[in-house]
Amino acid sequence: MRHHLVLRVVSKLLIPFMLLFALYVQFHGDFGPGGGFQAGVIFAAAFILYALVFGIDHAREVLPERVLRYLVPAGLALYTLTGFAGIVLGGKYLDYDVLGSTPTAGQHLGILLVEFGVGVTVSAVMVTVFFAYAGRTRDVDEEDW
Amino acid sequence: MLEAITDHYNYWLVIFLLMAGLFVTMTSGNLVKKIVGLNVFQTAVFLFYISVGKLEGGTAPILTGEPEQFSNPLPHVLILTAIVVGVATTALGLALVVRIRETYGSIEEARLQEADRQDELRAAAEQGR
Amino acid sequence: MAPDMVTVIDLVLLALLCATAIAIILVRQLFAVAMLTGAFSMLSAGLLVTLDAVDVAFTEAAVGAGVSTVLLLGTLALTQRRSEETRRRGTAPALLAVILTGCALVYATTDMPGFGDPGAPGFRHVVPEYISGSETDIGVPNIVTSVLASYRGYDTLGEVAVIFTAGIGVLLLLGRRREDEIQDEARRSDSGGEG
Repeated sequence: MRHHLVLRVVSKLLIPFMLLFALYVQFHGDFGPGGGFQAGVIFAAAFILYALVFGIDHAREVLPERVLRYLVPAGLALYTLTGFAGIVLGGKYLDYDVLGSTPTAGQHLGILLVEFGVGVTVSAVMVTVFFAYAGRTRDVDEEDW
Repeated sequence: MLEAITDHYNYWLVIFLLMAGLFVTMTSGNLVKKIVGLNVFQTAVFLFYISVGKLEGGTAPILTGEPEQFSNPLPHVLILTAIVVGVATTALGLALVVRIRETYGSIEEARLQEADRQDELRAAAEQGR
Repeated sequence: MAPDMVTVIDLVLLALLCATAIAIILVRQLFAVAMLTGAFSMLSAGLLVTLDAVDVAFTEAAVGAGVSTVLLLGTLALTQRRSEETRRRGTAPALLAVILTGCALVYATTDMPGFGDPGAPGFRHVVPEYISGSETDIGVPNIVTSVLASYRGYDTLGEVAVIFTAGIGVLLLLGRRREDEIQDEARRSDSGGEG
C-alpha cells in the first residue's frame, strides 16, 4: 500500500491518538467503560494499522519480535505475581485488600496491576498473531482482489 | 400470547442467529467459511447472555452516585473476556487452516477427504507390493 | 407495552443481524464473507449498547470489527478468495436438524423469565452484593471492572492464560519456518517448480 498517499498521511496522524486512547481506556477503566482487554486490542490495532500501511518490516523495526516474545508472557506473569503478592502480605491468592494501607487502596492498586497485565498480554498476543500471518508468503496476488 | 411474544422476542431472534451460524458450520465445505459460521454462532451466544442480564428500565452498570437500577454486570464480565478469548482461538483456527492449505493445497473439505483417500490407497498399494 | 424507542432500535438491529447472517450463508466470495462478518460484529456491538452492556460493546467493536476482520483477510491472502461450488450434500438434513434444534430452544425459552424482568433469578443471587460492594469495599465506579478484576479474578486469570496459550499456538503453527522447509522452498524455486 505504499502508493496510497492519503492513507499514509491520515494513518500517521491517527496512530498517536489511537495509542493515547488505548492508554486512556487502560487506566480509566475503573471509572468508565474500558479496561485491559479493550485497551490491549486498541493498542494492537494501532500497530496493525501501521504495519498495513507502512509495511511489515517497518512495524517489526518499531516493535521487534524479540521484545514481543517477552511481552506475551510478561502480562500473565504480572497477573500471577500480583496474586502471589497477596499471599506474601498475609492475605489470600488474588486478594488485593492487603496490598495497600487500606483495603480500598489495596483493591485500587491490585485492579490497576491486574488490568495492566491483561492489557500487555492481549496486545502482545494480537500483534504477534498478526505478524505471524503477515510474515507468510502470499499465494494470492494483489491484483486478484 | 402477545405477552409471550413481547417477553421473549429477543431470545427468539438470537436463536435464529444461533441456528444460522450452526447451519453455515454444518453445510459449508470451505474451512474459512466454517470458522466464520462458528464466529456467528459465538456472537449469538454472547447476545443471548447479555439479553438475559438486561433489566427493564436499567442502565449500564457504572456507578454515578445517584440511586439507579443496573443491568446485571455478571454476564457482561463473562462475555467481555469471552470475546477476546474468542478472537484468540479464531486466530488459532485460521492458523490451522493456513497450514492445511500449505500441506494439501486446498481448503475445501471435499478435496481434503479426496487427498486423504488417495494417500491411503497409495499406502495400501505400496504395502501390498 | 407500547413500543418505546429502545425497543424499536433493538428490533431494527436484530433484523439487520438476521439479514447479515442470511447473507453470510448465501455468499460464496470469501472476501464478501469477511466483510459481512465485520458488519455482523459492528451491528451486534450496537445491539449490546442498547442492552446496557457498554463494556462488552466496546470490546466487540474493537475485536470483531477490527482485529478479527484483519485476521480473516490475512488468512484469505494466504489461502484462496472463493469458496468452491461444491455439491451441497446434506443441506436438507442439516436444515432439518437446525430447524428442530431451533424449535426446541424456542420452546425452552417459554420457561425463562421475560426479557428485562426484574424478578429474574440472575438479579437475586450474588449480583446485589457485587453492586453494593463495588461502591463500599472496592471503590471502583465501573462495576464490570470490579467484578472482572477483583470478585472474579480467578476467572480472568484463566481467560488471560487461554489467550496466552492461543497466541503461543499461532506462533508455533505460523511463526517461524523450520530450516529444512526454507531450504526445501529455495530448492523448489531454483528448479522452477511450484513455489
